[in-house]
Amino acid sequence: MCRIGALKSRHYMHPSKALLLMQSQQKGHDNSGFAMVMQDLGGIFEDYKHLPTLSLACTDEGLKIAEDLLHAKGFRRVHQWVPETNPQPGLDIEAMPNYVFETFDYPKEYQDASDKEKGELLTDTRLELRAAMEEDEKGFAYSFWPDVITLKEIGDPRAIGTYFNLWEPNEDFTAKVITAQCRQNTNYAIVRYAAHPFFLQGYTALANGENTFYQKNKEFQSSLHRGYIGFESDSQCFLYSLHYVHKELGWPLPYYKHVVTPLPFEDLVKREDKAQLLAMRQSLAHLEINGPNTIIGVLPDNTMFTCCDAKKLRPVVVGRDEDTVAISSEVCGINEVLPDRNWEVDIYPNEREIVVIDDNLEVKRWKQ
Amino acid sequence: METIKINDLACNDLPWKISYDPNRCTLCGSCIAACTFDAIGPKMERRRMIFTDSETPEPKTRFSAQPIIAQRNVIKNFCRGCGVCERVCPNSAISASRNPDSRFNVVYPAATGSGPKRGGRNNLEVKERTLDTLRVGRISQMTDPSLDAQRHTFDCLAPLGRVLPSKALPFQQSAEGKLIQDSQTPPVHWIYPVIIGDMSIGALSWRMWEAIAMAVAYLNEECGLPVRMCSGEGGMPVRLLKSKYLKYMILQIASGHFGWNRIIQAMPDMVEDPAGVLIKIGQGAKPGDGGLLMAAKVAEHIQAIRGVPRTDLLSPPNHQGLYSIEESVQKMFLSFNAAFKFRVPVAIKVAASATSVSVFNNLVRDPYNIVGGFFLDGIDGGTGAAHDISLDHSGHPSVSKLRDCYLAAVAQGRQGQIPLWAAGGLGKNGNLAADAFKMMCLGANGVFTGKLILQLAGCLGNDLGRCNACNTGLCPAGITTQEPVLAKRLDPERVAENIVNYFLGMDMELRKLMAPIGNSALPIGRSDCLISTDKAVADRLQVQYVC
Repeated sequence: MCRIGALKSRHYMHPSKALLLMQSQQKGHDNSGFAMVMQDLGGIFEDYKHLPTLSLACTDEGLKIAEDLLHAKGFRRVHQWVPETNPQPGLDIEAMPNYVFETFDYPKEYQDASDKEKGELLTDTRLELRAAMEEDEKGFAYSFWPDVITLKEIGDPRAIGTYFNLWEPNEDFTAKVITAQCRQNTNYAIVRYAAHPFFLQGYTALANGENTFYQKNKEFQSSLHRGYIGFESDSQCFLYSLHYVHKELGWPLPYYKHVVTPLPFEDLVKREDKAQLLAMRQSLAHLEINGPNTIIGVLPDNTMFTCCDAKKLRPVVVGRDEDTVAISSEVCGINEVLPDRNWEVDIYPNEREIVVIDDNLEVKRWKQ
Repeated sequence: METIKINDLACNDLPWKISYDPNRCTLCGSCIAACTFDAIGPKMERRRMIFTDSETPEPKTRFSAQPIIAQRNVIKNFCRGCGVCERVCPNSAISASRNPDSRFNVVYPAATGSGPKRGGRNNLEVKERTLDTLRVGRISQMTDPSLDAQRHTFDCLAPLGRVLPSKALPFQQSAEGKLIQDSQTPPVHWIYPVIIGDMSIGALSWRMWEAIAMAVAYLNEECGLPVRMCSGEGGMPVRLLKSKYLKYMILQIASGHFGWNRIIQAMPDMVEDPAGVLIKIGQGAKPGDGGLLMAAKVAEHIQAIRGVPRTDLLSPPNHQGLYSIEESVQKMFLSFNAAFKFRVPVAIKVAASATSVSVFNNLVRDPYNIVGGFFLDGIDGGTGAAHDISLDHSGHPSVSKLRDCYLAAVAQGRQGQIPLWAAGGLGKNGNLAADAFKMMCLGANGVFTGKLILQLAGCLGNDLGRCNACNTGLCPAGITTQEPVLAKRLDPERVAENIVNYFLGMDMELRKLMAPIGNSALPIGRSDCLISTDKAVADRLQVQYVC
């Protein structure tokens, strides 16, 4: 079973905290990988929040392809951070030659463009980058979006932490929202793209569990948006559904739960809004998910949430103190990062619930 | 020696031969009385007996005339092999056996100048069905645990009606962040994913039809299964049209337009909307041919309902006045949608054929959003009457066409917008749950079935050519006849009970299949659950091949 975790704080946190959150759940890792998405960045990226940062793992050849492509499109690099790696002997990591986090200014003709236009440009660019580097695994473009950094690697999470010097907290590399998973996907061949969390246009999702409706989700999603590609993991579908419902259709977040785990018909017909719920269930029947899973998601405004499958077959717990909220597959993870919190107010979300943490760190429980 | 007239019909020209044992027969006459086809009758035979009446053997010969039961070698009265004689014989003296050397296909047209006709079963090609080469192969194990079929809840409902694409839903957001609907959407009814297929009140005896209707009402009102029944072409009794039970009925209009006059006249008095309207363009079991209701079956009440005299009634193969898909959409869907003020889903039924995907593609792009379902019917089904030649030599199985339609929808990102319903030999092996489940995995939203319902009622026919006399009006089981004496053989309450029990069992079996794949909703499009041991089937249907 995968272990997943997420942190949201008033203050900037170093990813060591995410590693700590995940480490105590180590028995659930198969030591096949570690991945994280950091949003609302601090440290050396704090001044570049409005500009897109590219997260790239690549070969030298891949790097050249990427830089040429970005240059050709008119992107101008304004900032670059290459993590200092620590290649000790004996580390269990299949490292790529280069890890590059570069911030770019938009092409000149986009200076006055709307956020939507800029977003589309970034999406198209990332898809082009991905395609251009795909052959022979020359590189992996995980995210290209303002205020977001993604790191994914294959190997033992502890070794990956050591390799990237992530165990030692510092002020340079921080964020207010960090989502992480200490495992590669198990259902498919191991490829770097397959590790959670998944990211698209400001939306992040990671999941603990399976999606037995993967086939029908995938068949449907493939034609909904050009960004819905890859499908390296069955839980990637959760991100695409989130993106589709919230961004493409513009429906408020509570309806995400109604789409992925619709109410049983007998409950649905008792509702005042049954017409809408039925229409949703009909039109988006292929986005329903089945199978045991817990989803953690982050919206572009950094709202974080979690919800479960319709039968509550996978665990998740939400704990908090004054400054930080943590979501974790197992409570031991939260005990590690928030040892002094009041355990009595921990939330164990149920099958019909979304637990939402807004940007003021207010925790809300929405009943489906 | 008597001259042989080689062209005379003999019993061994016929498809079935009567085996008779005079030593066991008490001449009670039950078999003759029960044979609806007059295929057997009394006959005198001259018997030679050797006897002796002295103390030492002095054999003498005596001849006597003895009554027996014999098969009639009359083409009109050929034995159908239904086996009713054997059922009623108290002494096991008579039975019918298949005649592998039958010359029937030659002698029948030679004698009558027309091809044989029969109740529709797929007799020519009796082999393993495509569905039987498929198994449910994805069994959830440790990563995605299976569900408990007895304990968990399952959602077993399927849509009938035009489903709008999500971006076309008329939603506005309220100030409180709720979605509100600001205009009407096409009607969609969520019903049980197994519909009782369209069999007309002319094809079935009124007792049989009543039994199905009774079963459907019971399933809905007592068992909580929203099963729907399709009327078949030919309308229905006015009393039913005006009753509250109409809501369980899908009204069919077919190419003969039979019965619609009465339906339209009854509209002002309807207290309920029908569950749907099904426009039959083609039928799978006899594509390119029409349903054939022989005059023998056009009883008085059928004449009244259909508004026709006692005559052969042929539903033409398609709507003769319609020459394009656009025209059919415009003329029929719109008018029938409008007739019920857009409250009733209107679906279309076509025969599986090389062109069915084209029809589906056209409908899926229908800009008026009025096509409420695509019913696809294949050769393996059929209960009605038709010419042998149509039944045996035309048509298309429905499985691959269903898959083609579903994949066509997938390619356009429009899956589910026009619910797909499929039929054609489903439940032929008695297990409808398995067939329905597999069809859903291949993309059907639901299935419909007719023949199985007849079998539940005690139909004696089979797919090896036994009986198949639905067209004669002489159904020995009282199912497809309008003869009061024969219809009385059927006990409608027992039939209804059988159907109800079968549906309840099938419902549990559906869950039993949903549980191991870890699904709590119907597995529409979950082709990943299926495996096939037949490479050709696996490739054609795009499911996993295993060996």
